Amino acid sequence: MSEIFLLLLGTALVNNVVLVKFLGLCPFMGVSRKMDGALGMGMATTFVLTFATAASWMLEHWLLQPLGIQYLRILAFILTIAATVQFTEMAIRKFSPGLYQVLGIYLPLITTNCAVLGVALLNVQEKNGFLHSLLYGFGSALGFTLVMLLFTGLRVRLSLAQVPAAFAGAPIGFVVAGLLSLAFMGFAGLSGH
Amino acid sequence: MLVAAIVSLTVLGTVLGLLLGLAARYLRVEGNPIIAEIEQMLPGSQCGQCGYPGCTGAAQALADGSAPVNLCPPGGVALVQALADKLGVEADLSGMEDQGPQVAEVKEEICIGCTRCFKVCPTDAIMGAAQQIHVVFREACTACSKCVDVCPTEALSLQAVPVTLQSWYWNKPKLEAA
Repeated sequence: MSEIFLLLLGTALVNNVVLVKFLGLCPFMGVSRKMDGALGMGMATTFVLTFATAASWMLEHWLLQPLGIQYLRILAFILTIAATVQFTEMAIRKFSPGLYQVLGIYLPLITTNCAVLGVALLNVQEKNGFLHSLLYGFGSALGFTLVMLLFTGLRVRLSLAQVPAAFAGAPIGFVVAGLLSLAFMGFAGLSGH
Repeated sequence: MLVAAIVSLTVLGTVLGLLLGLAARYLRVEGNPIIAEIEQMLPGSQCGQCGYPGCTGAAQALADGSAPVNLCPPGGVALVQALADKLGVEADLSGMEDQGPQVAEVKEEICIGCTRCFKVCPTDAIMGAAQQIHVVFREACTACSKCVDVCPTEALSLQAVPVTLQSWYWNKPKLEAA
């Protein structure tokens, strides 16, 4: 039990995908203007990431390794991820048209969110078991959602602040992202490794 | 091993495609069918001159009646009439003299090769490179006039489609009495 908790904590905070591994920066900068958009993006990515991690583990261990065709890993993973994203898009459009409007162009872009492929590949690299992989993906997605919400909160306040003209908009966003990343480095001492 | 790779990826793709096809069937969103029909009638170049985000947005606004039928400048009078017939409303043709189909044209002697026009072209109808004179492909141009707005030297203008050997045709036969 404590191992599971440690794993989730480690992937969500200590090895945060966005601020420590610098994966998935596109939605991090792109969808962080409004709180509900960020929450929706976080939830959609959580679903896709967890599901894609599980699917890619099965693919790796039941198809690629028995046939000895691991060199097709990236291709096969991207295929699965794209299908998962497509499915998520259809489901969101059906069950939550409001969210579909808010996420807009960023929903299909989860396919190219490098955090999704990155976590799937890291799982293979670290030779994680199925449950371990699933938790790794879920923890990473939780970390992604957390950081999205934190950053969006900051940016919402930032849009009301008086920023020098040269820094207004994206530049101050990047500066804040850097500061947030520095803050997350503080978690490095939290776990043993 | 090569065969295994080909077969396994093909099967994987087919299975995923089937699953998505099934999902598309069960999760289909019933949209207003008239929106799709109107969108088919619009030029489809997503030029945004109507003020809506692309032709789908314009078709939606037309279908709920929140936009006038003459909202599409590239469509011209022909489109206004077709839309009015489709939606059963009066077309307001005043202030819209039909200049016939138009295309953009580059005045080669004042084009400075700044590349701004082909970056905004929604149909990729302008070709060129930095410091080279640009050229418009008439077949692809929808006369949305976006390039005319960005040209710093006013080298671009909309002209009536010139009659060439490819586009010339016999006049339609007319009744003498009429």
